[in-house]
Amino acid sequence: MIDSIRYYFSFAFVRHAFIVGVLIALCAALLGVILVLKRYSMIGDGLSHAAFGAMAVSAVCGAGNSMLVTLPLTMLAALFILRTRKMQGDAAIAMLSVSALAIGYLLLHLFPVSANVSGDICTTLFGSASILMLSRSDVLLCVALCAVVIALFVCFYHRLFAVTFDPAFARAAGVHTEALETGLALAAAVVIVIAMRLVGALLVSALIVFPTLCATSLFRSFRAVIICAAAISVVCAAAGMFFSLIFGTPSGATVVCVDLLAFLVCFSVGRVRAQ
Amino acid sequence: MFCLSCENLILGYEGRQICAPLSFSVNEGDYVCILGENGSGKTTLMKTLLGLQKPLGGTIEFAAEGIGYLPQQDATAKDFPASVREIVRSGCIPRTGLFYSRESKERAERAMAKLGLAEIAGRGYRTLSGGQQQRVLLARALCAADRVLLLDEPAAALDAQAADGLYDTLRTLHGQGVTILMISHDAHAALREATHILCIDAKEAFFGAREQYMSHLQTEQEERK
Ligand SMILES: Nc1ncnc2c1ncn2[C@@H]1O[C@H](COP(=O)(O)OP(=O)(O)OP(=O)(O)O)[C@@H](O)[C@H]1O
Ligand SMILES: [Mg+2]
Repeated sequence: MIDSIRYYFSFAFVRHAFIVGVLIALCAALLGVILVLKRYSMIGDGLSHAAFGAMAVSAVCGAGNSMLVTLPLTMLAALFILRTRKMQGDAAIAMLSVSALAIGYLLLHLFPVSANVSGDICTTLFGSASILMLSRSDVLLCVALCAVVIALFVCFYHRLFAVTFDPAFARAAGVHTEALETGLALAAAVVIVIAMRLVGALLVSALIVFPTLCATSLFRSFRAVIICAAAISVVCAAAGMFFSLIFGTPSGATVVCVDLLAFLVCFSVGRVRAQ
Repeated sequence: MFCLSCENLILGYEGRQICAPLSFSVNEGDYVCILGENGSGKTTLMKTLLGLQKPLGGTIEFAAEGIGYLPQQDATAKDFPASVREIVRSGCIPRTGLFYSRESKERAERAMAKLGLAEIAGRGYRTLSGGQQQRVLLARALCAADRVLLLDEPAAALDAQAADGLYDTLRTLHGQGVTILMISHDAHAALREATHILCIDAKEAFFGAREQYMSHLQTEQEERK
């Protein structure tokens, strides 16, 4: 076991995959706590579908799976969702989700970029092995973006708490809630675009939702929830990637299943302790 | 010193006006009680003053920073993982950069002590009773308020002793020059504590000093006879 781990880690692409995967899991968990508690988790879901559409556009434009195209497009979608949320709520998000999926699929079908369209789409939706095929610049970009997200999160931690717990009070106290919410939506877009590398468009929500649900069923204070969610997410991502390497399973689905397992354990423990 | 004034302020939702136009002005150091029936628009007024909602017409001038706001408790208990201390400290946000200063932390501890929350400071908010939650939010508002305190039914859900404690605290703050706007259904306490009364109604609003309001009530009663 140890030997096989050592063997795998002698490859640079495996090391890169683990670094990026763990950072993604960390960012998704931090942001996830805020999104879930703010009842914004549907935004995460909508954005992941929007990101699929963006990826299709990028592929058809001949830019491959380039973040330089998908990131701005997904950020635009985030701003759109934030605007329309107050008027149409979930319906606007659902509309954006299905439109992005349909347009993305249609584009890939009309302008096939490779012989195996279904295979490509499956990869984008479920991640399969794309985390193992990161280029050096991809790795640097992912690490830089994650570092920015984490740094901003730490800087605005107290304000994020105030806005999440009670936006009306925060606004009265002089917090720029709208700017903060815009920042949050943009950060969600960034994290989702990167996280698609790990688990694919359809499974991204899992990284956002599961760690928070685990942590809130165990802890009562905000800080404990944040720390616990981050820890669980990182451990699950690392464990999931190990399993997928050793047993040859698709990495995204494996990570998400480990997250699900962690949730079931945490939920049961929380239930038992409450009695 | 001028603090807040409204001119022909019309409150409402989606173009539907809910009460008579309001014109009043509040000076620094005033203690204003806002009275009115259920659904007369008191909460709406407060939200409009805070800019959480747009008025249908009229103007608001609000010359204050460091506003402490106590929202009206909604029946749905918040299912939010946060400790009492975390919530009270979040009231210090206006004076906070990256981290809470020692001074902010002490201020939060004092606010908690004042409202009898010291023993439950580490407990989770969602495990508290309604009255305890109300006191937590009140302590948070005290942390935020340097100059102005906007309270939406602060005494609701408090037991008699806690309510007395609350009025004592507010009196002390008022003595220190804090401007207070309080919505209340307790007309007795309002007339005892406040310097000014704002009475909101569908037909006609009243604003004036406490003595004026009392004579206003008397003339109204005589008219009815
Ligand atoms: N979000 C909303 N959309 C539309 N109408 C609303 C909304 N909130 C309140 N109203 C209406 O506005 C009117 C005033 O409501 P408001 O909450 O300001 O009353 P209030 O004076 O605070 O009452 P209470 O004493 O029960 O707290 C009510 O008739 C209510 O039905
Ligand atoms: Mg009200």
